[in-house]
Amino acid sequence: MIEIKELHKSYQMGSNSLHVLKGIDFSVKDGELVAIMGSSGSGKSTLLNILGMLDEADKGEYFLDGVHIKDLNETKAAQYRNKFLGFIFQSFNLINYKNAIENVALPLYYQRKNRKERVEKAKSYLEKVGLGQWATHLPSELSGGQKQRVAIARALAADPKVLLADEPTGALDSKTSYEVMDIIQSINDEGKTILVVTHEEDIANMCKRIVRLKDGVIVEDIEVEQVRASQYV
Amino acid sequence: MFDRDRWREIFEAISKNKLRTFLSGFTVALGILIFTVLLGLGNGLLNSFLSSFVDDAQNIIFIQSGTTSKAYKGFQENRIIQFENEDLEFVKDNNKGKVEYITPRIYLNLNAKYREESGNYTIRAVNPDHQYLEKTIMMNGRYINEEDVKERTKNVVIGRLVEKDLFKRKKAIGKMLDINGINFKIIGVFQDSGGDNEERMIYMPYKTVQLLYGNNKNIDAINLSYNMSMNTEQAITFSKKLEDDLKKKLKVAPNDQSAIRVRSFAEDIKETMVILGGIYAIIFIVGIGTLISGVVGIGNIMTFSVKERTKELGIRKALGASPRSIIGMVLQESVLITSVAGYIGLVLGIVALKLIGNNLEDYFIVNPQVETGIIFGATMVLIFFGLLAGYIPARRAARIKPIVALRDE
Repeated sequence: MIEIKELHKSYQMGSNSLHVLKGIDFSVKDGELVAIMGSSGSGKSTLLNILGMLDEADKGEYFLDGVHIKDLNETKAAQYRNKFLGFIFQSFNLINYKNAIENVALPLYYQRKNRKERVEKAKSYLEKVGLGQWATHLPSELSGGQKQRVAIARALAADPKVLLADEPTGALDSKTSYEVMDIIQSINDEGKTILVVTHEEDIANMCKRIVRLKDGVIVEDIEVEQVRASQYV
Repeated sequence: MFDRDRWREIFEAISKNKLRTFLSGFTVALGILIFTVLLGLGNGLLNSFLSSFVDDAQNIIFIQSGTTSKAYKGFQENRIIQFENEDLEFVKDNNKGKVEYITPRIYLNLNAKYREESGNYTIRAVNPDHQYLEKTIMMNGRYINEEDVKERTKNVVIGRLVEKDLFKRKKAIGKMLDINGINFKIIGVFQDSGGDNEERMIYMPYKTVQLLYGNNKNIDAINLSYNMSMNTEQAITFSKKLEDDLKKKLKVAPNDQSAIRVRSFAEDIKETMVILGGIYAIIFIVGIGTLISGVVGIGNIMTFSVKERTKELGIRKALGASPRSIIGMVLQESVLITSVAGYIGLVLGIVALKLIGNNLEDYFIVNPQVETGIIFGATMVLIFFGLLAGYIPARRAARIKPIVALRDE
């Protein structure tokens, strides 16, 4: 599903150049649930941003579902993001003046689906994350866990190939974190490929594979016995 | 542009971000309101200037005689200059094609009587051209014609107020009027926008007056109008020529100011045109200034709006919005707000001008109005520059990387 070769990325910090990713080789197969771990500054978020086409690599190859991601203009990148990727952010990033169902329906609007279909799909995904009753509530009326579940429903709505989650539990207490991970696991059980960036060991152990980054290189890449989140919920 | 879903998104954004909508709308509405009112007041000022010319024809020249102030060609000073019929013919014959209408005037003050009612009235003895020079409007009957002058008929045309004074509510036309013991037939009643004095006037054929009162060929004054094709400069030259010709004919010193006086509106018009030009320029500058400040206001609001929405736009981009759809959304929203607000400002401005009406007549502002076309154009200009001012921040927002937009918090 995902294949990257010799990926390099530097940031200009004034006159200094900060080499963040120093040649990453990495691939993810269909249906995997991968945790990307590392301390802050290890380059894990940068990697995720490049995978999410939110940022561009300086060097290296990137294939997503067999498509060579290269020299994208903004419009093309937007199309690919919409078609291939669903995002889950630490700070949820819901649009504050739209209610839950409108937030979930937004990626479908950019897929040019008609209104009826958008509402139906959004409703079913909201129900899937257990928020059917909260469809008309604004983000400000929801708890952190509920917001993240709306964000997950939104990421799923466009039916992407890959879900990219950047510290999805970073702003949540541990109970709510496990609820969110439970949902992520159940989505993965249905066959969706998911990448989770985290620095929490317990969250990483709920994935099927852990990739550890340090100073811009992969230092460990292991398969793990998945801990089911449902037992903590 | 006509995507229903797009409009739905925009209406949602507008209705749920009331402060932003209000701020940008307010700027535009206020701009158009001020523009409308200022333009209206300016036009009111113009109206009041123009209205000072409505009484008489604008291309009129008055020629009057007086006494000489200088001895010349063997004549003593203080000689009385008296125009006669031959002077009228002289002016007429010498300026064929340049003179449009020409009439002599003889002034008398006589007592007019009908049955029990009588009063003193100014008599003007004229020829038929006078009607056009004075812009006399006939209410009943007819004006003096060539036949009356030639045959020296005892026909008179009286003003509306003369009829009112002497005939009360009865019709004066066809009745006989006793003027200093001589009976005249009333053949017409007129009105004049020049005021009550003009309407308390009695017109007679000038040759009748010359026959009955002195049996001479004397004329008190000559009024004429020049051909409208002359411009102001040519008209001034023409009236100078009239003066010189008459001075030569009547043996008056060329630099004698009091013997023959030729007065035309041409110089007044020239002066007024300069003032009007000034007023136009002020209106223009103020109008442009208002529009510019409106445009700057919209630009500010748009920049603020886009900045405020950076995060939202970043989210939209992460979810698959193309840069183009981001720009389109921002601009469409601003066009919608500016057009609606512009319309509101326009309506308020017109209502304000209606309320002002003629209340400011003391300040020389009469009937302030604006052409809807100009205001419509101004609104278009505001929308256009609003678009332009919005485009730059919108484009920047569309270019910003979603990751940067989503980073803060």
